[in-house]
Amino acid sequence: MRAFTKLHGIVCPIDRANVDTDAIIPKQFLKSIKRSGFGPYLFDEWRYLDHGEPEMDCTNRPKNADFALNQPRYQGAEVLLARDNFGCGSSREHAPWAIENYGFRVIIAPSFADIFFANTYKNGLLPIVASSENVDRLFRECLATEGYALDVDLKTQTVTSPTGFSFTFDITPHRKHCLLNGLDEIGLTLQHAGEIKAFEARHKAAQPWLFA
Amino acid sequence: MAGKTLYDKLWDSHVVRQEEDGTCLLYIDRHLVHEVTSPQAFEGLRLAGRKPWRNTTIVAVPDHNTPTNNWDRGIEDPISKQQVDTLDANIKEFGAQVYFPFKHANQGIIHVIAPENGATLPGMTVVCGDSHTATHGAFGALAHGIGTSEVEHVMATQTLVQKKSKAMQIKVNGQLGSGVTAKDMALAIIGRIGTAGGTGYCVEFAGTAVEGLSMEGRMTLCNLAIEGGARAGIVAVDEKTIAYLEGRPFAPKGTDWDKAVAYWKTLKSDADAKFDAVIEIDAAAIQPQVTWGTSPEQVTAIGGKVPNPANEADPIKRAGIERALQYMGLKADTPMSEIAIDKVFIGSCTNSRIEDLRAAAAVAKGKKVAANIKLALVVPGSGIVKRQAEAEGLDKVFTAAGFEWREPGCSMCLAMNADRLSPGERCASTSNRNFEGRQGPGGRTHLVSPAMAAAAAIAGHFVDVRQA
Repeated sequence: MRAFTKLHGIVCPIDRANVDTDAIIPKQFLKSIKRSGFGPYLFDEWRYLDHGEPEMDCTNRPKNADFALNQPRYQGAEVLLARDNFGCGSSREHAPWAIENYGFRVIIAPSFADIFFANTYKNGLLPIVASSENVDRLFRECLATEGYALDVDLKTQTVTSPTGFSFTFDITPHRKHCLLNGLDEIGLTLQHAGEIKAFEARHKAAQPWLFA
Repeated sequence: MAGKTLYDKLWDSHVVRQEEDGTCLLYIDRHLVHEVTSPQAFEGLRLAGRKPWRNTTIVAVPDHNTPTNNWDRGIEDPISKQQVDTLDANIKEFGAQVYFPFKHANQGIIHVIAPENGATLPGMTVVCGDSHTATHGAFGALAHGIGTSEVEHVMATQTLVQKKSKAMQIKVNGQLGSGVTAKDMALAIIGRIGTAGGTGYCVEFAGTAVEGLSMEGRMTLCNLAIEGGARAGIVAVDEKTIAYLEGRPFAPKGTDWDKAVAYWKTLKSDADAKFDAVIEIDAAAIQPQVTWGTSPEQVTAIGGKVPNPANEADPIKRAGIERALQYMGLKADTPMSEIAIDKVFIGSCTNSRIEDLRAAAAVAKGKKVAANIKLALVVPGSGIVKRQAEAEGLDKVFTAAGFEWREPGCSMCLAMNADRLSPGERCASTSNRNFEGRQGPGGRTHLVSPAMAAAAAIAGHFVDVRQA
């Protein structure tokens, strides 16, 4: 996994609540057996005026000019600013894959759906839960200022805007450690293989039918 | 000290180790695998030179991409076929306790086949790269969806890195009225708490109305926990749970069965257990539900109307309603019963079990699908459900009424196969998500119970099944 330490990145606002993972990456793209290549299809149905299919070349597809991702001022964005319950619905990890593959590294929202939230961390993305007031303020500042960019520092757990407005965010020490160092979680877990085996032996003794 | 919730008991019995910040390694007993969210996980194992920790915990089936008709032609979409072939190859290489490949007599939707084969048992931790894994909580199991990285993690280590959620109890008191089902109960709950109401919680469904549900009904209820934001929904074990499991192929046998039953009977919340949140709902007040928008929380009773955004004070919610009405092609204040439909879908991991098909067939019996309905699909959840339904003559009831009777699979719930809506088409669907484009780009989904879907097919528009 790619490590995340700090970032100065342009912000792209998606101003609607309950953005679901079907919207982030529609089902037809889930037929891929790869982990990469989803970026061009991120928000496919909102972003393009035609119907997207897997492996389609997106360079000349007609774009929805009203959609934030297509607006010149948000090109090169690395921070996705969103509303409540971002990433609800399906557990598809293709959603964070598409977001990461597009070029985003940080998502800021008042709340996230649980499975999506867990999935983002596995892919070097940093999801930040901010208060509704702080998110409102970021939306206002972002819409008012072309080229609006935020500083995000994982070590100090802070977000700072160009106006000097700043707030801190929470993250569990375990996730912070993995993200800062780009650690492979499976490798970390396997360091405890002995404990897993010991647990398994106790579990088998208590519920032998689970091992029949 | 307060007693334990069922969630506490399930959690505590699976903790391998705990970090100082509360992060735990949780042991996983059952890993359900399908073709869409597993290929990258198997590839990850291969690249790292890892083997599955315990492949006998794996139950696998292709379900999302498989066609529901013309099976003799195989899978015609080459990209879908590649994904299903990849699952075949991966199971061959890495192993599983059981695999039902495409066209196998017992193939079907993963969340239907695991319970009906006794592969989901009380007290288990159950995961799958699929958010509707919550279904299995109906058995007093801790079951939830995971992403593909976690699928790989479970395969490689038999554990998940997890932090414990909070515990919510949703108590549905009294009894459901006639014609009102577990689906209506679930949608009414989501309408009440919202699609993020359960975020951060494991929800235990309790109360006399939940106790009164069959196992199929409890699966429908837990299946929809995720649409209320909760990764896991659970129901305590009772005699119905045990009776359902007895004799199923992978259920324990002999003295193991007796030992298991004795343990399973302890799988309920203690009388003095403390929940972080408790919601009480009166079952008798629940009416048959129909969604009107593009989120499962955008739901009302069949006697209700499409809401008017002008009545919503919150600007973000108001914009959400306006956007939903535009997408759905609906006018504010339209009575739900005046909304005409184009297609009907009875199926999905929410509502494709035998009881669902019986309920729909009871409404359709001796009637005809309305002339304005372009397609009315019935897709059983598995080969076993299909054969049972055929033995009861339900297929004949459906086909005589003008429904198509198909082969099992996820089908038009998410339209990864050929079963889908065309842009602008409106569907009465027994599935779980009414998101934009879910059943096909531009398609308009209204979530309902199987009986309500069948009634809508006959009437050509939504109708109160109690008066149909």
